[in-house]
Amino acid sequence: MIPEIFAYDFMIRAFAASGVVAVVAGTVGYVLVLRGQTFAGHALAHVAFAGATGAAWIGAAPLAGVLVFTVGAGTIMGLLGERLSGRDVVIGVVLALSLAFGILFLRLGNANAAQATSLLFGSVLAIAPATFGWLLALAVATLSVLAAMGRPLLFATLQPELAEARGVPVRAVGTVFLALVALTVAQSIQVVGVLLVFTLMVGPPAAAQLLTTRLGAGLALAAGLALAQAWLGIVVSYYTDWPTGFCIATLSALVYFAAVGLNRRNGRGRSATQSQPVPPIV
Amino acid sequence: MSAVDLDKVTLAVGNATVLSDVSLAVDQGEFIGVLGPNGSGKTTLIRALLGLIRPVAGAVAVLGRPVRRGNPAVGYLPQARSTLPTTSLAGRDLLAVSIDGHRLGLPFATAEVRREIDRVLDSVEGRELAERPLAEMSGGERQRLLIAQALIGKPRLLLLDEPLIGLDPHQQQRVVEMIRRLTRSLGLTVLLSAHELNQLLGKIDRVLYLGNRRAAIGTVDEVIRPAVLSPLYGAPIQVVRADGHIFVMSHGRDIERDYAHGHSHA
Repeated sequence: MIPEIFAYDFMIRAFAASGVVAVVAGTVGYVLVLRGQTFAGHALAHVAFAGATGAAWIGAAPLAGVLVFTVGAGTIMGLLGERLSGRDVVIGVVLALSLAFGILFLRLGNANAAQATSLLFGSVLAIAPATFGWLLALAVATLSVLAAMGRPLLFATLQPELAEARGVPVRAVGTVFLALVALTVAQSIQVVGVLLVFTLMVGPPAAAQLLTTRLGAGLALAAGLALAQAWLGIVVSYYTDWPTGFCIATLSALVYFAAVGLNRRNGRGRSATQSQPVPPIV
Repeated sequence: MSAVDLDKVTLAVGNATVLSDVSLAVDQGEFIGVLGPNGSGKTTLIRALLGLIRPVAGAVAVLGRPVRRGNPAVGYLPQARSTLPTTSLAGRDLLAVSIDGHRLGLPFATAEVRREIDRVLDSVEGRELAERPLAEMSGGERQRLLIAQALIGKPRLLLLDEPLIGLDPHQQQRVVEMIRRLTRSLGLTVLLSAHELNQLLGKIDRVLYLGNRRAAIGTVDEVIRPAVLSPLYGAPIQVVRADGHIFVMSHGRDIERDYAHGHSHA
């Protein structure tokens, strides 16, 4: 007999959509954490809020608005490259401005509070069949490009100077990657909303990097943890009637702090967080 | 054929000329120590030999051909950066993504890739580094791993930018001796930039001293002399030899040590 939870089309779509998105978010997020660019991912999610509300105001599909805004912003951030590193204040100001524009667009579009909430915290139980089709297509596209550029991307991430000397177009690789992050943010928002993209894109990959020193295992673990969190979150949400976003976010935090604890117990805690003192290069 | 050939080369960073009208040649199989005060152009010269910056004037040739970026015959160890030590990835994975790192695709660890990683790790006596996370390695272990990485693809010229920085004297000694041994056993030409001469004494074949937009190349006895060094520092220089060490002094101060610790009195 089929459990009751799978008796509804919307529930099956929620599992399918969140599963697809979690795998993409875990994989892209792994590289994002490795590159130390998690703040960029956070900023892109806020830009997406302006995109979604702006699209709704002019009567376009919110996902289209999200894609235009995030990919545009991601590409600009990539092209600015080094000039943006350490400019957390600039990113922070743009991030706040994006949220503010989101509120303006909501007012102009006469949107109600429920629409705003579903954008900010996700609405995985309300994903339309057409939206799922788009998510699947975006996921395949994102993972294909990531696989194609995997080696130069990781090389440029870990050793940018050496990669540059070996002929890797470091700036171009970084720009394409931020465009992929933008696509991933757009997908994640459908599941966990603008404010909770970290729960899929940062929590599971950060935990994975604490649990394994191997690249392949880390990528698989990041995707697997994201998937487990998303599905378990929906199940818990179904039976408790608590918001899905809350359930996924709580699981994400639990997994991350459990990984920190395991890492400490294995005696790696200190060296992994405390870098060797580097003498001033003057 | 020279390993490195500079013909009337002028190098600039932005608007600042770093080297002006410099000509020199390094023979194949030589181990060269590149010295000079900060800003004298050690890193700039290495970047020019990698094809990362173009000379303003003159011609730079490596192994008989004009420089080109990504030349597999040139191995490179960049100056230490603070980003690398914090990654918890294992040494093997760091090397694996750099093999054919410019080619598209996923970094699958094929049998061929694993053999090449084992080979370069063996040549630095560091097979055990393969499974260790970078964050747990000591400075000396990390430099050995990065030197192993520079040996991937069997290059004939190695450019090592400040590989001794941040190491204690014992580790410095070990790294320099290892590089000396690799130079001989693999027939490599090595340019190693450093802040201090004494760690290199007795190991390097010749010294390339940069300063004041000029360069002087020769044996230690030929170059480490007041008549040669004073124009490079733009100040009167004394050379003091004591107990097998050489101290380059200006107005009674050990200027190598001063520069190494960041308070130059220009």
